[in-house]
Parts: sequence; structure tokens; C-alpha cells
Amino acid sequence: MIENKSQEEQGIKGNSRRDFLKKSSVITAIALTPAAAVKASDLKLDERFSDALEQQSLSIEINGQQHELKVEPRLTLLDLLRERLKLTGTKKGCDQGQCGACTVHIDGVRTNSCLTLAIMHDGAKITTIEGLSNGTRLHPMQEAFIKHDGFQCGYCTPGQIMSAVACINEGHANSETEIREFMSGNICRCGAYANIVNAIQEVKAGGKI
Amino acid sequence: MNNFQYTRVKSPATAITELSKNPAAKLLAGGTNLIDLMKYGVMSPDKLVDINRLEFSDIKRGQGTLHIGSMVRNSVAAADATVLEYQPLLSQAMLAGASAQLRNKASMGGNLLQRTRCPYFYDITADCNKRAPGTGCSALEGFNRMHAIFGASSSCIAVNPSDMNVALVALDAVVQVSGPKGNRSIMMADFHRLPGTHPELDSTLDKKEIITGIVIPDNAFAKHTTYLKVRDRASYAFALISVAAALEMDGSTIKDLRLAMGGVAHKPWRLTEAENFLKGKTASVANFKLAAELAMKGAKSYGHNDFKLKLAPNSIIQALKTASGVKA
Repeated sequence: MIENKSQEEQGIKGNSRRDFLKKSSVITAIALTPAAAVKASDLKLDERFSDALEQQSLSIEINGQQHELKVEPRLTLLDLLRERLKLTGTKKGCDQGQCGACTVHIDGVRTNSCLTLAIMHDGAKITTIEGLSNGTRLHPMQEAFIKHDGFQCGYCTPGQIMSAVACINEGHANSETEIREFMSGNICRCGAYANIVNAIQEVKAGGKI
Repeated sequence: MNNFQYTRVKSPATAITELSKNPAAKLLAGGTNLIDLMKYGVMSPDKLVDINRLEFSDIKRGQGTLHIGSMVRNSVAAADATVLEYQPLLSQAMLAGASAQLRNKASMGGNLLQRTRCPYFYDITADCNKRAPGTGCSALEGFNRMHAIFGASSSCIAVNPSDMNVALVALDAVVQVSGPKGNRSIMMADFHRLPGTHPELDSTLDKKEIITGIVIPDNAFAKHTTYLKVRDRASYAFALISVAAALEMDGSTIKDLRLAMGGVAHKPWRLTEAENFLKGKTASVANFKLAAELAMKGAKSYGHNDFKLKLAPNSIIQALKTASGVKA
């Protein structure tokens, strides 16, 4: 799509709708009685009112658990997981789709959760790192990462593991070269790549997923 | 990110209506580019019209053509058996782009409309005619290592970042679109624009139109195709130079061919003169060198990207060697 308008122009327009809702609800409150206005202000009713208008229903299954939520359209899937549902296993690295730390499975397909809106996934099934193990029994890929030291600081690891599981499922783990190519969306600042490849090769050879 | 209204549409007609009644609305497909741009504040649509549930998700053979729906995900098209059989160049180019995760989300139509990765376009404090028309081009005198060597203007020297587009222009693809006035087809070569004095316009698609699919005519190139991508790291980086080469060989003679380059212009850059020169000639490094020279006519660099004047012809020669199997 083509964008013609300047940033400033759009910013003003984007803000004004929200501001209008807030101001108009306050004006309405003032018009009732002064006491009601004070009370409305105390309860931040104006903000609640505008937020309620901008929120939409989202029905989503995460790690086998169904959630019925109200979300702002701009909420990314990553922020839904981390900030709303406190599933902080999925990491926010770059927040721009460049590092892969936020990788989750949406209906079994690995995706950067930072570059997709939660509202787009009404009715979807999401699997995060928290949903990979079977109770206290670790997933074979988690076991393999521990065995092969597939990490140092560990920050990229949830994304690496989610991506690694999908890499095998997609049939792209048939050689070291292929694994490196199809895991290139997951950056590891510590440089644990050699061990990550070993972990994936072991799981692939073991036929455990 | 500024907040916005969101609606999910179930028919292309509804999507077109939404675009018609709200000029500040944008279609939302995979979102891997648009959501990123919205986070940076480069784009701030009032409304997003989610077209992910539209049924443009088929890959099918027509009469002498291959049709790919606009909502087919890049990873699905790249791995599709029909695409691999009839248009392997397209698969090679798509797999050279982005990461597995991004390809899983990115749609064919969205990739066509992928915006430039010029850092000044992304930096909302910088002057940029593409983002804010009339403010100037910061790249002209700035860090322009990734920038154009063909078809640029004093308004903009940004490049189209897509690998898929390079393959599609080489393969004479046709973009099918639908709008308030009905359906139309746009030749891939005419789909993207040169910047001229209006770099804010990437393509010739109307604001009220929606891409429904891509059609590629059959060819005899499948055995001799190469997508060569030269970049700063081995994977997951935008092209400095890329070359799509597709040859139809008759012994050592090049019966027919297509050549296109990426990372060099505001649109995927077809190398027509080089094609015309090589058609009917023997596949040899000497001929490839002459073709590369022809392809480079009119090239202009801007300082940091001077290296492209050497890298581009060398890449053309290398891609032709790989596609033809000629070693010396």
C-alpha cells in the first residue's frame, strides 16, 4: 500500500480521535453535575470509556488453555503473552523481527510474535516455550540444548528451541548447512551456534519429534 | 505504536469498500513489514483491514500458466511441488529472503508491496522524500552503501528490498488486482515504479485496489536457473546485489534467457539489453562478460556504494556461469 501523508499529519490525526473520546466523555460528565465529574475523574472513567471502545474480543488458545480476552488492536502477540498473560518465557529481543527471540508456534507454524498482532489470531492455537514440556518432563529439544550447552546467557534460548522444533518438523534439518540456513532467523549473541546445531542434529537423528 | 481501528474482512469486495471509504486505511496481510513500520512510526494508518482470511490461498496450474494466490505464504509457495517443478527460480529467490519465521507469515501480495529498507526512510527524524515528500533525500549525501545504481533520481536513491520481486520480473509474471472499477492485470515490469519526483509511490497499484494473485507464464528455464544473492552475511540479510538468471539451453547455445537484478534500483531491474545480446549465442565466460558490460550501461554510484559498480557485473557473470554450468 502506498503512503502519502507525512508522519506529523498522521500522528496528529491518530492522537486526536483518542483525545476526542477522552475529552468528550469528560465534558459529558461535567454536564451532569460537578460532583459526578469529580467522581468520574477520580475513577478515570474517561480513560476507561475510551479504552473500552477501542478494545476488541479475542478468543485464543495458549498452551492448551482457552482465553477469552479484550485487547487493543495494536497489542502484539508477544506483548499479550508477556504483559497480559505473564508468560515471560517468550523473550523480547529486538521487537523488530530481526532476532527471533520471540518465536512461538501459531497453529504449529513458527512465527515472530513481535511482528504479529494478537487480534489477528482469533481462534488460533499458540504454543510457547512454557507449553513445550510434558508436565515436568522436558521436551527432547530442551534436553538436547542442556546436554550440548546450546546457550550461554540463555536469552535467545526459548526462541531457538521453538524454532529448532519447527525446523525439524518442516523437514529442514537434513544437514548442518540446511540447519544453519533455516535457523538463521534466530540470532545468538553469545555465539552458541555450533552447539545449537549439534542439539538439533541429535534430536533429528533420535526421531523424537 | 499509535492505536488504530481494526476490522477483519471475509470478502475482497468488503476490503475494497473499506479502502474506498477510508483513504487512511491499510490492508493487513502477513504484517511483517507493515507492523514493523508502524512501530517505528513510519506508517500510522487509521484503520487496518485484515485480509488474512480471504481465500487467495491457492496454487494451481492454468493453461500454460502457474497461478499463485496473493495470500499464499512465502514459505508455502517456496516449498510447493508445482512451483518447484515449473518455476524453481521463484522458490530459490524466496528462500534467499528473510528468515523461516518471516517467510511463514509473509504473503505473496505483501512481499510485492514490501517497502524499502533505506535507513533514512525508517528514521523519522531524517529527511526522506519517500516518507515525507518534499523534505529531501538524506541518502544522497549520507550513508548510501545499500543504495541504487540504476534509475535513481535526485529525490530518492532507495532500492526495492525484495528477492521475490527480482525472480517475478525475470519470469514475466503478471500481478492480478481487483478494485472498485473491476479487475485488471499489471505486468510485473510495470508494477513497481522508478522514483522520479514521486518516490512516495512504490508501485502503480491504486490505493483502493487489492492484489488477488500472481500469474507466471510457462517457460523452458527450469533446468538452468540461479538466484545469486550477495550480502553482508551468509543468510538473513538484504541483498547488496542479487541476480536472477534463467536460461534455456540447446547444447552450448543459449536459446532463450531472462536476467534481472536486485539491490540496484527502486524496482526489480530487468537486464533486457544483456538478454538480447546473449540470446542465440554460445554460453561462454567471454560472452557473459560482454553481456555484463551491456547491463552496466548507465550505472551511477553515490560514494559508499561505488563497490556495486564492480560487484554487479561480477555477480551477473557468476550467476550466468552457475545457471549454464559453464566454468571457464
